[in-house]
Amino acid sequence: MMAGVAALLWGVAGLLGTTVLAMAISRRTFATRLVYSATLALCFVMFAVAALHLLGGNADDSKLTLPLGLPWIGAHFRLDALAAFFLIVVNFGGAAASLYGLGYGRHEAAPHRVLPFFAAFLAGMNLVVLASDAFSFLLSWEFMSLASWALVIAHHREPSHTRAGFIYLVMASAGTFALLLAFALLAGPAGTYAFSAIRATQPTPLVEAVVLGLMLVGAGSKAGLVPLHVWLPLAHPAAPSHVSALMSGVMTKVAVYAFIRVVFDLMGHPTWWASLVVLFLGALSAVLGILHAMMENDLKRLLAYSTIENIGIIFVSLGLAMAFKANGMPLAAALSLTAALFHILNHSFFKSLLFFGAGAVLTTTGERNMEKLGGLIHRMPLTSFVFLAGCVAISALPPFNGFASEWLTFQAILLSPELHQWGLKVMVPAVGGLLALSAALAVATFVKAFGITFLGRPRSPAAEGAHEVDRFSLTAMLILAVLCLLTGILPGLVIDALSPVTTALIGSRMPVQLAQPWLTTVPIAESRSSYNGLLVFLFITMSASLAVFVIHKLASRAVRRGPAWGCGFPDITPVAQYTGTSFAEPIRRVLGTFAFRARESVEMPPPGSLEPARLRVEMHDLIWEALYQPLVGAVEYATTKLNYLQFLTIRRYLTLVFGYLVFLLLVLAIWP
Amino acid sequence: MASPLTFEIAHLLAGSLVLISFMMLYQDRLFALINVFALHAIVLALSVAWQAYLQGAPHLYVTAMIALLFKGVVIPVGLHRIIQRLGIRRDIETAVSIGPTMLVGIGLVTLSMVLMLRVTPHAGPLAREDLAFALSIILLGLLVMVTRRNAVSQVVGFMSLENGLVLAATGARGMPLVVEISVAFSILIAFIVIGVFLFRIRERFDSVDVGALDDYRGERR
Repeated sequence: MMAGVAALLWGVAGLLGTTVLAMAISRRTFATRLVYSATLALCFVMFAVAALHLLGGNADDSKLTLPLGLPWIGAHFRLDALAAFFLIVVNFGGAAASLYGLGYGRHEAAPHRVLPFFAAFLAGMNLVVLASDAFSFLLSWEFMSLASWALVIAHHREPSHTRAGFIYLVMASAGTFALLLAFALLAGPAGTYAFSAIRATQPTPLVEAVVLGLMLVGAGSKAGLVPLHVWLPLAHPAAPSHVSALMSGVMTKVAVYAFIRVVFDLMGHPTWWASLVVLFLGALSAVLGILHAMMENDLKRLLAYSTIENIGIIFVSLGLAMAFKANGMPLAAALSLTAALFHILNHSFFKSLLFFGAGAVLTTTGERNMEKLGGLIHRMPLTSFVFLAGCVAISALPPFNGFASEWLTFQAILLSPELHQWGLKVMVPAVGGLLALSAALAVATFVKAFGITFLGRPRSPAAEGAHEVDRFSLTAMLILAVLCLLTGILPGLVIDALSPVTTALIGSRMPVQLAQPWLTTVPIAESRSSYNGLLVFLFITMSASLAVFVIHKLASRAVRRGPAWGCGFPDITPVAQYTGTSFAEPIRRVLGTFAFRARESVEMPPPGSLEPARLRVEMHDLIWEALYQPLVGAVEYATTKLNYLQFLTIRRYLTLVFGYLVFLLLVLAIWP
Repeated sequence: MASPLTFEIAHLLAGSLVLISFMMLYQDRLFALINVFALHAIVLALSVAWQAYLQGAPHLYVTAMIALLFKGVVIPVGLHRIIQRLGIRRDIETAVSIGPTMLVGIGLVTLSMVLMLRVTPHAGPLAREDLAFALSIILLGLLVMVTRRNAVSQVVGFMSLENGLVLAATGARGMPLVVEISVAFSILIAFIVIGVFLFRIRERFDSVDVGALDDYRGERR
């Protein structure tokens, strides 16, 4: 069957055509509307094609080879269950971002810097998922990276954005280089670049280990796995908000796709100790990511750090799937992989939603700093409502979708005693503990994000003058919020839809959820554990309604007047409110002293002076200081030293060339 | 075809080229250096002509003629004229003294022998020797360029290096005439460009010591 992949490639061609069109007309007033409408329509069609492929039960894959790329290979494209799932994520995210962009894009100061790359970025992500040979894959990957880089530096006048762009470019190049080496190793001396040929050959254990390491660097740096995450909190907030949503919610998932494709599909036989590495990095990312998010006062940076946490959760699930697969436990492996994929879908929903919300706040107030916001719930009631839904979902509270997928992950962790290796038996519960910690911190973080931004009183005139955003943005956010709720109360539908993917990669699947009574979710067997999102939802709704009814019916309706309670503050200015920093302080004191080497110092004014005392907090990004600063220092040292080579005499250059030639000849003469 | 005598003659000519390259290394007068270079070119022409006779390849005679005319006559005469018109100092400042240079040269010839005899076990004996000699000549030409400070002697080193290339190409049976002509032509162009360049340096610095350029740039030598 060829129709599916052909339709998708036509869609990609349409997106690329939109790029060209956008370049031609980007300075016209109608360009924004036209381009986003086009991407919305194209993404929606591609979403529908991918969804039909996944849900339609097409057992056979859809393949197509185009005479492009390397002449003796051609460009292979293939649509299988895994690709279809990720295409759903990509194109749904793309459609939502386009819809949001229809409204948000009107405030864009430089649309000619955003519109062409937006469509190109979408095309690149689709091509990465569709590609089925190493050459097309890497080419699409780099295309995606460069398009997103152009979007990061769209507002290049701000110095922080150019720095973010530079760091992103360096990290992306390093990542692509790692991927290049990984595929070169997989291709072997025969140079079989087509995925089907790579799949057929079994690499040696050494090659497998090196490829895994390279994939962790290559895909991990794009996904934001600690310690390769440094670019992410800089670059994601720098882009326009709907692009931030795409980068955080969708592009990181494309990176996870690359990891799954290579580790589960192309290599196919994970070893148990490899899963240890993945589990460790995942847990580290989850905890460090959310701790950073907790300390952050920039709303978009907070969301970017939270992406690192969620990527960590996804990688923990993937590590579990590798461990179970290596131990020949297909049911448990299918459960873990389903949890990972489900969380990928969920994260793309609620992270897009939250970035849209942050973008809405940014458009109307011009502020990303939470310490200057507050009280927006009165001025932007709808945005606040959907943002709250996103916060509840990402905090993994039932009945929303974040809970369902994280619950599945924990169910998989609870199966760890059945693993054979002691390393895993010890490691997995520890990882579970770290995940629990990060889940709790996530709740605190998003209480802070919502509370400081939307509750209380405005902390600046900008926040006071906020107003509700346009209908397109609201519609996009509302759709995502509804989807967060729906996938939360009906997880069985998603789990069943994911079964072709796990069947293809693991050879097993979770039990059929729709066959369970009352739409209950049963990971392994009903005797062990089950979850019913619908019942939880009904219970919460009914008990809350009942409580409201009882209070309003039975409590006295008489209005009482009394002195306002001043919380002990005689001066009730908005500055006296709880701030984001003060909210994070207990956690900073407990965990930050260790994780960020946080130190507090109080500067007292001299006696008799009327100056205020100041509390200073000093925090360190240990990974940046321990890993990246020495690296930067080494590169600078080397370049300074090598700079000498730029100013040699002609004769010295000749001598260098001559000496090197003689050296090479000597090597050739001595080589055995 | 490969009778001992013909082989020995080819060997003799190629060996003399290496010997003449060594002679270049210890010249400390410009005119002498140019004369030795002219000799180098003439022996190269003989060698190529002998190869042409051996291989029965008439186009190699053209190559030999080009080598004789351009490198044996035109370029040496041109260099003589340049030196006379510029009135530059005729002794050569060497960067490295003669003795170590000769020792390095011997080492280079050894290296190219060892290397070429190792990497070409399947080629004919004549071609192997030829290639080894050619590589020696190339390396010695580079050595001349590296150890001289005078721009004219660097030009001469470059030209003798090119002679080594021609020797390798003719020994290996089959460099097309077009390539040979274009190489000769590019050498001529290089000669013209470097000549013009020499005049300009001379005008500005009253010397063709390339060190003057570095002084001008404010660099230490």
